[in-house]
Amino acid sequence: MTVKRQGPEELLGLNKFTVDEDCPHIVLDKEICAKCKDKPCLVICPAVLYTLKDGEINFDYAGCLECGTCRVMCKNKGISKWEYPRGTFGVAFRGG
Amino acid sequence: MSEEEKFDAIIIGAGPAGIACAYLLAKAQKNVLVIERGVTAGSKNVTGGRLYTYALEMVEEGLTKAAEEALERKVVREQITMMDGDKAITIDYHDLGFKGDVPQSYTILRAVFDEWFAAQAEAEGAMIATGIRVDDVIEKDGRIIGVKAGEDEMYADVVIAADGVNSLIAQKAGLRGELPAHSVGVGVKEIIELPPKTIEERFNVGPDEGVAKLSLGCTEGIQGGGFLYTNKDSVSLGVVFSPEQAAKNGKKIHEIFQDYKMSPAIYPLIGDGTTTEYGAHLVPEEGLRGVPKKLFRDGLVLVGDAAGFGINMGYIIRGIDLALVSGAAAAKAIIAAEKVSDVGPAYMKELDNMRLIPNMKAVAGFPDILTLPRIFSTYPKMANDVFQYLFTVDGKVPTKMTKALMGIVKKHVTMGQLMGDAWRGLKSI
Repeated sequence: MTVKRQGPEELLGLNKFTVDEDCPHIVLDKEICAKCKDKPCLVICPAVLYTLKDGEINFDYAGCLECGTCRVMCKNKGISKWEYPRGTFGVAFRGG
Repeated sequence: MSEEEKFDAIIIGAGPAGIACAYLLAKAQKNVLVIERGVTAGSKNVTGGRLYTYALEMVEEGLTKAAEEALERKVVREQITMMDGDKAITIDYHDLGFKGDVPQSYTILRAVFDEWFAAQAEAEGAMIATGIRVDDVIEKDGRIIGVKAGEDEMYADVVIAADGVNSLIAQKAGLRGELPAHSVGVGVKEIIELPPKTIEERFNVGPDEGVAKLSLGCTEGIQGGGFLYTNKDSVSLGVVFSPEQAAKNGKKIHEIFQDYKMSPAIYPLIGDGTTTEYGAHLVPEEGLRGVPKKLFRDGLVLVGDAAGFGINMGYIIRGIDLALVSGAAAAKAIIAAEKVSDVGPAYMKELDNMRLIPNMKAVAGFPDILTLPRIFSTYPKMANDVFQYLFTVDGKVPTKMTKALMGIVKKHVTMGQLMGDAWRGLKSI
Protein backbone atom coordinates (compact mmCIF):
# COMPACT_ATOMS: atom_id res chain seq x y z
CA MET A 1 0.00 0.00 0.00
CA THR A 2 1.21 3.44 -0.67
CA VAL A 3 0.88 6.07 2.01
CA LYS A 4 -2.05 8.44 1.49
CA ARG A 5 -4.27 10.98 3.19
CA GLN A 6 -6.25 9.05 5.77
CA GLY A 7 -9.18 9.83 7.98
CA PRO A 8 -8.97 9.39 11.74
CA GLU A 9 -11.04 6.15 11.86
CA GLU A 10 -8.79 4.56 9.27
CA LEU A 11 -5.66 5.59 11.16
CA LEU A 12 -7.01 4.41 14.51
CA GLY A 13 -7.87 1.11 12.84
CA LEU A 14 -4.13 0.48 12.50
CA ASN A 15 -3.60 0.64 16.26
CA LYS A 16 -4.05 -2.06 18.84
CA PHE A 17 -6.71 -1.22 21.42
CA THR A 18 -8.12 -3.24 24.29
CA VAL A 19 -11.35 -1.48 25.18
CA ASP A 20 -12.53 -1.50 28.77
CA GLU A 21 -16.22 -2.06 28.11
CA ASP A 22 -17.13 -1.72 31.79
CA CYS A 23 -15.41 1.50 32.60
CA PRO A 24 -14.99 4.52 30.31
CA HIS A 25 -11.90 6.42 31.40
CA ILE A 26 -13.17 9.79 30.20
CA VAL A 27 -16.69 10.95 31.01
CA LEU A 28 -18.44 14.14 29.92
CA ASP A 29 -21.01 16.22 31.71
CA LYS A 30 -23.11 16.97 28.66
CA GLU A 31 -25.00 19.80 30.34
CA ILE A 32 -21.77 21.70 30.74
CA CYS A 33 -20.66 20.79 27.21
CA ALA A 34 -23.95 22.09 25.80
CA LYS A 35 -23.23 25.51 27.33
CA CYS A 36 -19.57 25.57 26.21
CA LYS A 37 -19.16 28.04 23.36
CA ASP A 38 -15.65 27.25 22.19
CA LYS A 39 -15.74 23.45 22.16
CA PRO A 40 -11.96 23.15 21.57
CA CYS A 41 -12.28 19.36 21.91
CA LEU A 42 -13.73 19.21 18.38
CA VAL A 43 -10.47 20.53 16.96
CA ILE A 44 -7.67 19.46 19.25
CA CYS A 45 -8.30 15.75 19.77
CA PRO A 46 -5.72 14.07 17.48
CA ALA A 47 -8.03 11.08 17.12
CA VAL A 48 -11.08 13.30 16.39
CA LEU A 49 -13.12 11.40 19.00
CA TYR A 50 -15.20 14.41 19.99
CA THR A 51 -17.99 14.97 17.51
CA LEU A 52 -21.03 17.19 17.35
CA LYS A 53 -24.36 15.58 16.55
CA ASP A 54 -27.58 17.58 16.66
CA GLY A 55 -25.82 20.16 18.79
CA GLU A 56 -24.67 17.58 21.34
CA ILE A 57 -21.04 16.62 21.99
CA ASN A 58 -20.34 12.92 21.71
CA PHE A 59 -17.16 11.23 22.76
CA ASP A 60 -16.00 7.75 21.85
CA TYR A 61 -13.39 6.66 24.37
CA ALA A 62 -12.58 3.44 22.50
CA GLY A 63 -10.03 5.02 20.13
CA CYS A 64 -8.39 7.28 22.70
CA LEU A 65 -4.64 7.75 22.28
CA GLU A 66 -4.37 8.82 25.95
CA CYS A 67 -2.46 12.01 25.15
CA GLY A 68 -4.32 14.26 27.59
CA THR A 69 -4.87 17.19 25.20
CA CYS A 70 -8.62 17.34 25.90
CA ARG A 71 -7.93 17.39 29.61
CA VAL A 72 -5.68 20.46 29.41
CA MET A 73 -7.93 22.23 26.88
CA CYS A 74 -11.30 21.66 28.57
CA LYS A 75 -11.69 24.96 30.41
CA ASN A 76 -15.29 24.60 31.54
CA LYS A 77 -14.86 21.20 33.17
CA GLY A 78 -17.22 19.48 30.77
CA ILE A 79 -14.89 16.53 31.20
CA SER A 80 -16.13 15.37 34.58
CA LYS A 81 -13.71 12.46 34.76
CA TRP A 82 -10.34 12.05 33.06
CA GLU A 83 -8.28 9.05 34.05
CA TYR A 84 -5.97 6.74 32.21
CA PRO A 85 -7.67 3.47 31.28
CA ARG A 86 -7.40 0.77 33.93
CA GLY A 87 -4.28 -1.41 33.76
CA THR A 88 -3.86 -3.44 30.52
CA PHE A 89 -6.68 -1.49 28.79
CA GLY A 90 -6.49 1.21 26.16
CA VAL A 91 -4.03 1.70 23.34
CA ALA A 92 -0.91 -0.50 23.09
CA PHE A 93 1.71 1.08 20.86
CA ARG A 94 3.93 -1.33 18.96
CA GLY A 95 6.25 1.41 17.74
CA GLY A 96 5.51 4.47 19.84
CA MET B 1 0.85 -6.00 51.86
CA SER B 2 1.76 -4.55 55.25
CA GLU B 3 3.89 -1.53 55.97
CA GLU B 4 6.58 -3.85 57.31
CA GLU B 5 7.22 -5.59 53.99
CA LYS B 6 7.90 -2.44 52.12
CA PHE B 7 10.11 -1.69 49.15
CA ASP B 8 13.07 0.64 49.21
CA ALA B 9 11.49 2.40 46.22
CA ILE B 10 8.33 2.20 44.15
CA ILE B 11 8.57 3.76 40.71
CA ILE B 12 5.40 4.75 38.87
CA GLY B 13 5.90 4.42 35.13
CA ALA B 14 8.31 2.32 33.06
CA GLY B 15 9.55 5.08 30.76
CA PRO B 16 13.22 6.08 30.49
CA ALA B 17 13.13 8.13 33.72
CA GLY B 18 11.55 5.36 35.75
CA ILE B 19 13.67 2.58 34.31
CA ALA B 20 16.96 4.51 34.62
CA CYS B 21 16.12 4.96 38.27
CA ALA B 22 15.12 1.31 38.74
CA TYR B 23 18.22 0.08 36.91
CA LEU B 24 20.64 1.94 39.15
CA LEU B 25 18.74 1.16 42.33
CA ALA B 26 18.62 -2.55 41.49
CA LYS B 27 22.34 -2.50 40.74
CA ALA B 28 22.90 -1.05 44.20
CA GLN B 29 20.94 -4.00 45.68
CA LYS B 30 17.88 -1.93 46.48
CA ASN B 31 14.53 -3.61 46.62
CA VAL B 32 12.67 -1.79 43.85
CA LEU B 33 9.25 -2.15 42.23
CA VAL B 34 8.28 -0.49 38.94
CA ILE B 35 4.55 -0.26 38.28
CA GLU B 36 3.51 0.29 34.67
CA ARG B 37 -0.09 0.58 33.44
CA GLY B 38 0.69 -0.67 29.91
CA VAL B 39 0.76 -4.38 29.08
CA THR B 40 4.47 -4.00 28.42
CA ALA B 41 6.97 -1.27 29.27
CA GLY B 42 6.82 1.28 26.45
CA SER B 43 3.39 0.35 25.16
CA LYS B 44 1.92 3.69 26.30
CA ASN B 45 4.87 5.78 25.27
CA VAL B 46 5.40 7.93 22.20
CA THR B 47 8.30 10.07 21.05
CA GLY B 48 9.19 11.97 17.89
CA GLY B 49 11.97 11.11 18.22
CA ARG B 50 15.49 10.67 19.09
CA LEU B 51 17.68 9.86 22.04
CA TYR B 52 20.88 11.75 22.85
CA THR B 53 23.26 9.08 24.07
CA TYR B 54 25.27 11.15 26.56
CA ALA B 55 22.37 10.49 28.92
CA LEU B 56 22.61 6.71 28.58
CA GLU B 57 26.33 7.02 29.28
CA MET B 58 25.51 9.05 32.40
CA VAL B 59 23.29 6.25 33.62
CA GLU B 60 26.13 3.82 32.99
CA GLU B 61 29.17 3.95 30.76
CA GLY B 62 28.81 1.56 27.83
CA LEU B 63 25.01 1.46 27.97
CA THR B 64 24.65 2.95 24.47
CA LYS B 65 26.59 0.07 22.94
CA ALA B 66 24.51 -2.44 24.87
CA ALA B 67 21.31 -0.68 23.75
CA GLU B 68 22.21 -0.63 20.08
CA GLU B 69 19.81 -3.44 19.10
CA ALA B 70 16.93 -1.49 20.66
CA LEU B 71 17.84 1.78 18.95
CA GLU B 72 17.18 2.74 15.33
CA ARG B 73 19.63 4.82 13.26
CA LYS B 74 22.62 7.03 14.12
CA VAL B 75 21.68 10.58 13.20
CA VAL B 76 24.25 12.05 10.78
CA ARG B 77 22.00 14.51 8.96
CA GLU B 78 20.27 17.38 10.72
CA GLN B 79 17.78 19.09 8.46
CA ILE B 80 15.62 22.15 8.80
CA THR B 81 12.96 22.67 6.17
CA MET B 82 11.07 25.93 5.72
CA MET B 83 7.91 25.30 3.77
CA ASP B 84 5.53 27.52 1.87
CA GLY B 85 2.99 25.65 -0.25
CA ASP B 86 4.86 24.10 -3.16
CA LYS B 87 8.11 25.83 -2.24
CA ALA B 88 10.59 24.74 0.41
CA ILE B 89 14.12 25.51 1.56
CA THR B 90 16.04 22.74 3.30
CA ILE B 91 19.21 23.21 5.27
CA ASP B 92 21.01 19.88 5.45
CA TYR B 93 23.89 19.57 7.90
CA HIS B 94 25.84 16.37 7.36
CA ASP B 95 28.30 15.35 10.08
CA LEU B 96 29.83 11.88 10.14
CA GLY B 97 31.55 12.88 13.39
CA PHE B 98 28.14 12.44 15.02
CA LYS B 99 28.62 8.73 14.39
CA GLY B 100 31.76 8.57 16.59
CA ASP B 101 32.59 5.71 18.97
CA VAL B 102 29.49 6.53 20.90
CA PRO B 103 27.16 8.12 18.32
CA GLN B 104 25.73 11.44 19.52
CA SER B 105 22.12 10.45 18.95
CA TYR B 106 19.93 7.66 17.65
CA THR B 107 16.44 7.75 16.28
CA ILE B 108 14.23 5.67 18.53
CA LEU B 109 10.91 3.87 18.80
CA ARG B 110 9.79 3.88 22.38
CA ALA B 111 7.81 0.66 22.53
CA VAL B 112 10.99 -1.08 21.42
CA PHE B 113 13.55 0.79 23.50
CA ASP B 114 11.57 1.03 26.75
CA GLU B 115 10.82 -2.68 26.72
CA TRP B 116 14.50 -3.46 26.20
CA PHE B 117 15.56 -1.07 28.97
CA ALA B 118 12.99 -2.49 31.38
CA ALA B 119 14.36 -5.98 30.71
CA GLN B 120 17.85 -4.75 31.68
CA ALA B 121 16.53 -3.35 34.95
CA GLU B 122 14.69 -6.61 35.57
CA ALA B 123 17.90 -8.58 34.94
CA GLU B 124 19.55 -6.45 37.64
CA GLY B 125 16.85 -7.45 40.08
CA ALA B 126 14.18 -4.76 39.76
CA MET B 127 10.61 -6.03 39.86
CA ILE B 128 8.59 -4.76 36.90
CA ALA B 129 4.83 -5.10 37.32
CA THR B 130 3.00 -4.27 34.08
CA GLY B 131 -0.71 -3.89 33.43
CA ILE B 132 -1.30 -2.12 36.74
CA ARG B 133 -2.47 1.47 37.02
CA VAL B 134 -1.45 3.38 40.12
CA ASP B 135 -4.46 5.39 41.26
CA ASP B 136 -3.07 7.40 44.11
CA VAL B 137 -0.31 7.83 46.64
CA ILE B 138 -0.71 6.89 50.29
CA GLU B 139 0.08 9.62 52.75
CA LYS B 140 0.78 9.31 56.46
CA ASP B 141 1.85 12.08 58.82
CA GLY B 142 2.61 14.36 55.88
CA ARG B 143 4.81 11.79 54.19
CA ILE B 144 4.19 9.70 51.09
CA ILE B 145 4.60 6.09 52.17
CA GLY B 146 3.26 4.10 49.25
CA VAL B 147 0.80 3.80 46.38
CA LYS B 148 -2.70 2.53 45.76
CA ALA B 149 -3.66 0.50 42.72
CA GLY B 150 -7.28 -0.58 42.81
CA GLU B 151 -7.73 -2.46 46.08
CA ASP B 152 -4.02 -3.02 46.52
CA GLU B 153 -1.72 -0.93 48.65
CA MET B 154 2.04 -1.10 48.33
CA TYR B 155 4.54 0.60 50.57
CA ALA B 156 8.01 2.04 50.08
CA ASP B 157 10.51 4.41 51.64
CA VAL B 158 10.40 6.54 48.51
CA VAL B 159 7.91 6.78 45.66
CA ILE B 160 9.20 8.07 42.33
CA ALA B 161 6.59 9.64 40.05
CA ALA B 162 7.80 8.84 36.54
CA ASP B 163 4.29 8.84 35.15
CA GLY B 164 4.82 11.28 32.32
CA VAL B 165 3.71 14.71 31.22
CA ASN B 166 0.16 14.48 32.56
CA SER B 167 1.54 13.34 35.92
CA LEU B 168 -1.68 12.78 37.75
CA ILE B 169 0.39 11.49 40.66
CA ALA B 170 2.30 14.78 41.03
CA GLN B 171 -1.07 16.55 41.05
CA LYS B 172 -2.57 14.22 43.62
CA ALA B 173 0.50 14.69 45.80
CA GLY B 174 0.09 18.45 45.57
CA LEU B 175 3.36 19.14 43.75
CA ARG B 176 1.69 20.27 40.54
CA GLY B 177 -1.50 22.10 39.72
CA GLU B 178 -3.55 21.62 36.60
CA LEU B 179 -1.32 21.51 33.54
CA PRO B 180 -1.79 24.88 31.79
CA ALA B 181 -2.59 24.52 28.08
CA HIS B 182 0.10 27.00 27.05
CA SER B 183 2.78 24.89 28.75
CA VAL B 184 2.40 21.89 26.45
CA GLY B 185 2.48 20.94 22.80
CA VAL B 186 0.46 18.11 21.34
CA GLY B 187 2.38 15.82 19.03
CA VAL B 188 0.64 13.72 16.41
CA LYS B 189 2.55 11.03 14.57
CA GLU B 190 2.41 8.26 12.02
CA ILE B 191 4.92 5.46 11.69
CA ILE B 192 5.35 4.75 8.00
CA GLU B 193 7.13 1.57 6.97
CA LEU B 194 9.66 1.69 4.14
CA PRO B 195 12.37 -0.78 3.13
CA PRO B 196 15.76 0.15 4.64
CA LYS B 197 17.30 0.46 1.18
CA THR B 198 14.63 2.96 0.11
CA ILE B 199 15.28 5.03 3.24
CA GLU B 200 19.01 5.05 2.56
CA GLU B 201 18.55 6.10 -1.06
CA ARG B 202 15.96 8.79 -0.43
CA PHE B 203 17.74 10.36 2.50
CA ASN B 204 21.27 9.79 1.23
CA VAL B 205 22.52 7.92 4.29
CA GLY B 206 24.43 4.70 4.97
CA PRO B 207 22.88 1.48 6.32
CA ASP B 208 23.05 2.42 9.99
CA GLU B 209 22.70 6.18 9.48
CA GLY B 210 19.66 8.37 9.83
CA VAL B 211 18.12 11.80 9.43
CA ALA B 212 16.38 14.14 11.82
CA LYS B 213 14.30 16.76 10.04
CA LEU B 214 12.32 19.60 11.57
CA SER B 215 9.94 21.65 9.46
CA LEU B 216 8.58 25.16 9.82
CA GLY B 217 5.70 26.67 7.93
CA CYS B 218 3.50 23.58 7.99
CA THR B 219 1.21 24.44 10.89
CA GLU B 220 -1.06 27.13 9.42
CA GLY B 221 0.77 29.70 11.51
CA ILE B 222 0.09 27.80 14.74
CA GLN B 223 3.05 27.67 17.10
CA GLY B 224 4.67 24.34 16.30
CA GLY B 225 6.37 22.43 13.54
CA GLY B 226 6.76 19.20 11.69
CA PHE B 227 9.25 16.42 12.34
CA LEU B 228 10.61 13.44 10.49
CA TYR B 229 12.97 10.81 11.86
CA THR B 230 14.22 7.81 9.89
CA ASN B 231 14.14 4.51 11.78
CA LYS B 232 15.61 1.19 10.64
CA ASP B 233 12.68 0.29 8.41
CA SER B 234 10.21 3.10 8.97
CA VAL B 235 9.87 6.85 9.12
CA SER B 236 8.38 8.66 12.12
CA LEU B 237 6.46 11.60 10.72
CA GLY B 238 4.52 14.08 12.77
CA VAL B 239 3.60 17.58 13.80
CA VAL B 240 3.66 19.26 17.21
CA PHE B 241 1.17 22.07 17.87
CA SER B 242 0.28 24.48 20.61
CA PRO B 243 -3.19 23.12 21.43
CA GLU B 244 -4.35 26.57 22.53
CA GLN B 245 -3.53 28.15 19.19
CA ALA B 246 -4.83 25.15 17.29
CA ALA B 247 -8.18 25.58 19.01
CA LYS B 248 -8.29 29.23 17.90
CA ASN B 249 -7.29 28.30 14.36
CA GLY B 250 -10.25 25.97 14.12
CA LYS B 251 -8.90 23.41 11.67
CA LYS B 252 -8.65 19.89 13.10
CA ILE B 253 -5.04 19.10 13.97
CA HIS B 254 -5.50 15.72 12.35
CA GLU B 255 -6.17 17.51 9.05
CA ILE B 256 -3.24 19.89 9.36
CA PHE B 257 -1.03 16.87 9.95
CA GLN B 258 -2.42 15.09 6.90
CA ASP B 259 -1.70 18.26 4.85
CA TYR B 260 1.89 18.13 6.05
CA LYS B 261 2.18 14.46 5.18
CA MET B 262 0.88 15.05 1.66
CA SER B 263 2.89 18.25 1.07
CA PRO B 264 5.36 18.34 -1.84
CA ALA B 265 8.29 18.71 0.58
CA ILE B 266 7.38 15.53 2.48
CA TYR B 267 5.34 13.17 0.34
CA PRO B 268 8.16 12.13 -2.05
CA LEU B 269 10.13 10.98 1.01
CA ILE B 270 7.41 8.63 2.25
CA GLY B 271 5.61 7.63 -0.95
CA ASP B 272 5.12 3.85 -1.38
CA GLY B 273 5.35 3.50 2.38
CA THR B 274 2.75 1.92 4.61
CA THR B 275 1.39 3.63 7.69
CA THR B 276 1.36 1.13 10.55
CA GLU B 277 0.53 3.22 13.60
CA TYR B 278 -1.03 6.52 14.62
CA GLY B 279 -0.01 8.04 17.92
CA ALA B 280 -0.31 11.24 19.92
CA HIS B 281 1.34 12.61 23.02
CA LEU B 282 1.83 15.81 24.97
CA VAL B 283 5.24 17.41 25.39
CA PRO B 284 6.33 19.96 27.98
CA GLU B 285 7.14 23.12 25.99
CA GLU B 286 8.08 25.74 28.53
CA GLY B 287 11.53 24.52 29.47
CA LEU B 288 12.67 25.58 32.92
CA ARG B 289 9.60 27.80 33.37
CA GLY B 290 7.41 24.72 33.19
CA VAL B 291 9.26 22.91 35.95
CA PRO B 292 7.27 22.89 39.23
CA LYS B 293 8.74 24.95 42.05
CA LYS B 294 9.12 21.85 44.17
CA LEU B 295 10.17 18.52 42.72
CA PHE B 296 9.90 16.52 45.90
CA ARG B 297 8.22 16.15 49.22
CA ASP B 298 8.97 13.68 51.96
CA GLY B 299 8.79 10.25 50.38
CA LEU B 300 8.17 11.40 46.80
CA VAL B 301 10.26 12.73 43.91
CA LEU B 302 9.26 13.75 40.39
CA VAL B 303 11.40 12.71 37.40
CA GLY B 304 11.28 13.06 33.61
CA ASP B 305 8.22 14.62 31.97
CA ALA B 306 6.40 14.47 35.31
CA ALA B 307 8.93 17.05 36.50
CA GLY B 308 8.43 19.10 33.33
CA PHE B 309 11.93 18.35 32.05
CA GLY B 310 11.97 19.25 28.36
CA ILE B 311 14.02 21.53 26.15
CA ASN B 312 12.74 22.93 22.87
CA MET B 313 15.15 25.26 21.10
CA GLY B 314 13.30 25.05 17.83
CA TYR B 315 16.09 23.14 16.11
CA ILE B 316 16.89 20.86 19.04
CA ILE B 317 14.24 19.03 21.03
CA ARG B 318 15.18 17.13 24.16
CA GLY B 319 13.21 15.12 26.63
CA ILE B 320 14.27 11.48 26.77
CA ASP B 321 17.83 12.42 27.72
CA LEU B 322 16.60 14.63 30.54
CA ALA B 323 14.32 11.82 31.68
CA LEU B 324 17.24 9.38 31.84
CA VAL B 325 19.47 11.83 33.70
CA SER B 326 16.75 12.76 36.21
CA GLY B 327 15.96 9.10 36.84
CA ALA B 328 19.64 8.44 37.48
CA ALA B 329 19.83 11.51 39.74
CA ALA B 330 16.92 10.22 41.81
CA ALA B 331 18.59 6.80 42.13
CA LYS B 332 21.87 8.35 43.26
CA ALA B 333 20.03 10.47 45.81
CA ILE B 334 18.21 7.44 47.21
CA ILE B 335 21.39 5.40 47.37
CA ALA B 336 23.31 8.17 49.16
CA ALA B 337 20.55 9.27 51.54
CA GLU B 338 20.78 8.12 55.12
CA LYS B 339 17.18 8.90 55.88
CA VAL B 340 14.09 9.45 53.72
CA SER B 341 13.97 13.19 54.33
CA ASP B 342 17.46 13.51 52.79
CA VAL B 343 16.35 12.13 49.42
CA GLY B 344 14.63 15.25 48.03
CA PRO B 345 17.43 17.73 48.77
CA ALA B 346 20.03 15.17 47.56
CA TYR B 347 18.03 14.74 44.33
CA MET B 348 18.09 18.49 43.69
CA LYS B 349 21.84 18.50 44.26
CA GLU B 350 22.28 15.59 41.82
CA LEU B 351 20.22 17.39 39.18
CA ASP B 352 22.79 20.18 39.41
CA ASN B 353 25.82 17.89 39.57
CA MET B 354 24.61 15.95 36.56
CA ARG B 355 24.13 19.29 34.77
CA LEU B 356 20.43 18.84 34.07
CA ILE B 357 19.27 22.08 35.69
CA PRO B 358 22.29 24.05 34.33
CA ASN B 359 21.42 22.72 30.84
CA MET B 360 17.85 23.90 31.21
CA LYS B 361 18.94 27.26 32.65
CA ALA B 362 21.26 27.89 29.70
CA VAL B 363 18.36 27.79 27.25
CA ALA B 364 15.59 29.01 29.54
CA GLY B 365 14.83 32.00 27.29
CA PHE B 366 14.18 30.01 24.13
CA PRO B 367 10.42 29.79 24.61
CA ASP B 368 10.38 33.57 24.00
CA ILE B 369 11.59 33.09 20.43
CA LEU B 370 9.38 30.10 19.86
CA THR B 371 6.31 32.06 20.80
CA LEU B 372 7.03 34.77 18.20
CA PRO B 373 4.01 34.27 15.96
CA ARG B 374 5.82 35.17 12.72
CA ILE B 375 8.27 32.25 13.01
CA PHE B 376 5.66 29.71 12.03
CA SER B 377 4.38 31.24 8.81
CA THR B 378 5.54 34.76 7.92
CA TYR B 379 9.30 34.13 8.04
CA PRO B 380 9.25 30.76 6.23
CA LYS B 381 7.18 32.42 3.48
CA MET B 382 9.52 35.38 3.36
CA ALA B 383 12.59 33.13 3.09
CA ASN B 384 10.97 31.18 0.27
CA ASP B 385 10.16 34.42 -1.57
CA VAL B 386 13.82 35.41 -1.31
CA PHE B 387 14.95 32.09 -2.77
CA GLN B 388 12.33 32.27 -5.47
CA TYR B 389 13.67 35.67 -6.46
CA LEU B 390 17.29 34.42 -6.43
CA PHE B 391 16.61 31.38 -8.59
CA THR B 392 14.06 32.74 -11.03
CA VAL B 393 15.25 33.25 -14.62
CA ASP B 394 12.44 34.19 -17.00
CA GLY B 395 14.05 36.51 -19.54
CA LYS B 396 12.75 39.65 -17.82
CA VAL B 397 15.30 42.18 -16.65
CA PRO B 398 15.92 41.21 -13.01
CA THR B 399 15.09 43.76 -10.32
CA LYS B 400 18.16 45.06 -8.55
CA MET B 401 18.87 42.74 -5.64
CA THR B 402 18.75 45.29 -2.81
CA LYS B 403 15.46 46.67 -4.11
CA ALA B 404 13.99 43.20 -4.63
CA LEU B 405 14.96 42.01 -1.15
CA MET B 406 13.60 45.14 0.50
CA GLY B 407 10.40 44.64 -1.46
CA ILE B 408 10.06 41.04 -0.25
CA VAL B 409 10.71 41.98 3.37
CA LYS B 410 8.17 44.81 3.23
CA LYS B 411 5.59 42.52 1.71
CA HIS B 412 5.69 40.34 4.82
CA VAL B 413 6.59 42.56 7.78
CA THR B 414 7.02 46.16 8.84
CA MET B 415 10.50 47.28 9.80
CA GLY B 416 9.22 47.72 13.36
CA GLN B 417 8.07 44.11 13.51
CA LEU B 418 11.34 42.87 12.09
CA MET B 419 13.45 44.87 14.52
CA GLY B 420 11.19 43.90 17.42
CA ASP B 421 11.41 40.20 16.61
CA ALA B 422 15.18 40.39 16.11
CA TRP B 423 15.57 42.17 19.45
CA ARG B 424 13.36 39.68 21.28
CA GLY B 425 15.17 36.82 19.57
CA LEU B 426 18.60 38.10 20.58
CA LYS B 427 17.48 38.79 24.11
CA SER B 428 16.03 35.34 24.61
CA ILE B 429 19.14 33.42 23.55
